[in-house]
Amino acid sequence: MANFTLQETSEKTPPPVTQLSIRNFNFYYGKFQALKNINLDVYKNCVTAFIGPSGCGKSTLLRTLNRMYSLYPEQRAEGELLLDGKNLLDRDLDVNELRARIGMVFQKPTPFPMSIYDNIAFGVRLHERMSRGQMDERVEWALQRAALWDEVKDKLGQSGMSLSGGQQQRLCIARGIAVKPEILLLDEPTSALDPISTLRIEELIHDLKKDFTIVIVTHNMQQAARVSDYTAYMYLGELIEFDQTDTIFIKPGRKETEDYITGRFG
Amino acid sequence: MTTPDPGATMTAEVPLSHSSRALNREPVVRKKPSQLGEIIFANLTRSFAFLALASLAGIIVSLVYGAWPSITKFGLPFLWTSDWNPPMAKFGALIPIYGTLVTSVIALVIAVPVSFGIAIFLTELSPPWLRRPLGTAIELLAAIPSIVYGMWGLLVFAPIFGQYIQPALMATIGQVPLIGKLFSGPTLGVGLLSAGIILSIMIIPFIASVMRDVFEITPKMLKESAYGVGATTWEVVWNVVLPYTKTGVIGGIVLGLGRALGETMAVTFVIGNTNFLSNISLFSPGNSITSALANEFAEAEPGLHTASLIELGLILFLITFVVLAFSKVLLMRLARQEGGKT
Repeated sequence: MANFTLQETSEKTPPPVTQLSIRNFNFYYGKFQALKNINLDVYKNCVTAFIGPSGCGKSTLLRTLNRMYSLYPEQRAEGELLLDGKNLLDRDLDVNELRARIGMVFQKPTPFPMSIYDNIAFGVRLHERMSRGQMDERVEWALQRAALWDEVKDKLGQSGMSLSGGQQQRLCIARGIAVKPEILLLDEPTSALDPISTLRIEELIHDLKKDFTIVIVTHNMQQAARVSDYTAYMYLGELIEFDQTDTIFIKPGRKETEDYITGRFG
Repeated sequence: MTTPDPGATMTAEVPLSHSSRALNREPVVRKKPSQLGEIIFANLTRSFAFLALASLAGIIVSLVYGAWPSITKFGLPFLWTSDWNPPMAKFGALIPIYGTLVTSVIALVIAVPVSFGIAIFLTELSPPWLRRPLGTAIELLAAIPSIVYGMWGLLVFAPIFGQYIQPALMATIGQVPLIGKLFSGPTLGVGLLSAGIILSIMIIPFIASVMRDVFEITPKMLKESAYGVGATTWEVVWNVVLPYTKTGVIGGIVLGLGRALGETMAVTFVIGNTNFLSNISLFSPGNSITSALANEFAEAEPGLHTASLIELGLILFLITFVVLAFSKVLLMRLARQEGGKT
């Protein structure tokens, strides 16, 4: 099934630079251990996909990368998440600053209850002080990059909730990149969208990786094959295999991975 | 996805058996739904709805009818005349209207921010084990009978208030030009300000629990998105949760305001019950519509006095109505703003 995506992904050549290292990482919901000793590198300006059956911990892993879990006192992480040599799990780390560096887009579109313009400007205002003119430019830039500008440029004052589902999700991506993060986390970003909107988001991901490092969780293997450069296959909280996407989909190193991607299981 | 369940991954062989079972199924004889039940049900619900409308109309008509002698005698100036003199048969509603409005405004000014804080703490900041006991305690405040508030206000709160807090207020805010006038005069303990404060304590549980409930229904993912761009708890609540729940929040405030406008017993105990008011100080005793009714109705002579009291009731009804209408208009304007130009 992955054959037709080969030509597209095989053109990458330069050796990847590690941006984020996950080392000896364990994660707990209360007493339940959801992630077991994960070791993984996320490479700069690449798309890394986490795949695996429901409950394998792929979303959990994603949500630790911007410390989203720390909103919930019963959730706990151990190990190291190294970004520029600093461990993101450090207690004294400024979580708000971290989330400006690592943006996130969710399973469902979540526009804020405000205008399209303010949806973008909200996050920027939290971290940067700028004039109205600069903000206008930034909003336009983010909407352009998210391939939404042409559709909304005449109605920036309208509520973000008035857009269609696919547009809302691109608005959320624009909101994420407007803060100029280094890494963008996408948690099943197309699971609530129709096929055409899904296609647009996938094209967008392909385009965005020039400027951002992208980590995507998806339950759709074809999507992982289409958009990602590296794929991690997870099962029951363990990382089974991590390699270039081509390798994972053509000749995976482990039997479990092969069973999953050929659809014999999952 | 966020709560992994290892057992959920293995159950994927269902679809086949479903279609094979459908093939050898006996034809089902279906009963026609009864039209009669549907008609009875529709009419019953309609009659209930109209019952509410009929009681509303009935109350308005009887209030107007009862107040008619007073309405014809005093006309509109009834609203802004401060003379309330039963022996001379002279009646004006200014003092009670003023008292009702001022105490309610004081109550809201105190209760809204406090309730907002309580709701934020309970939904966003409080450790989970504290949420339930604290929430219950606040709801229990609403279960205290208003007469208990009144007695507590008169016997405990007012003396302490008059002895310590009023002098302190007078020495601080009382020195500020213009608003200082509001905090001056004899420190009696009882008065408009005391009544307003007691009212605020009484309406906090209503506003706080409505706010908490609507904050809780804000989708987790929406809040996480706001946290996800690096917003702090305050920024999330103020910019995302509050706009998202504004209808419910305004509803809660109006509920509290309605309670404050109509509260009788507790106010009667601490407001001072006088129909003379010569200055704008909030320390001075006054009267409210409800306490005027409670105090005088039993002894009122049939005729103009009773009619005037009934007219007071009618006015209170109109005030509540205006408050409700105003909140609807406010909501409509907010809705338009959100979709309008920035």
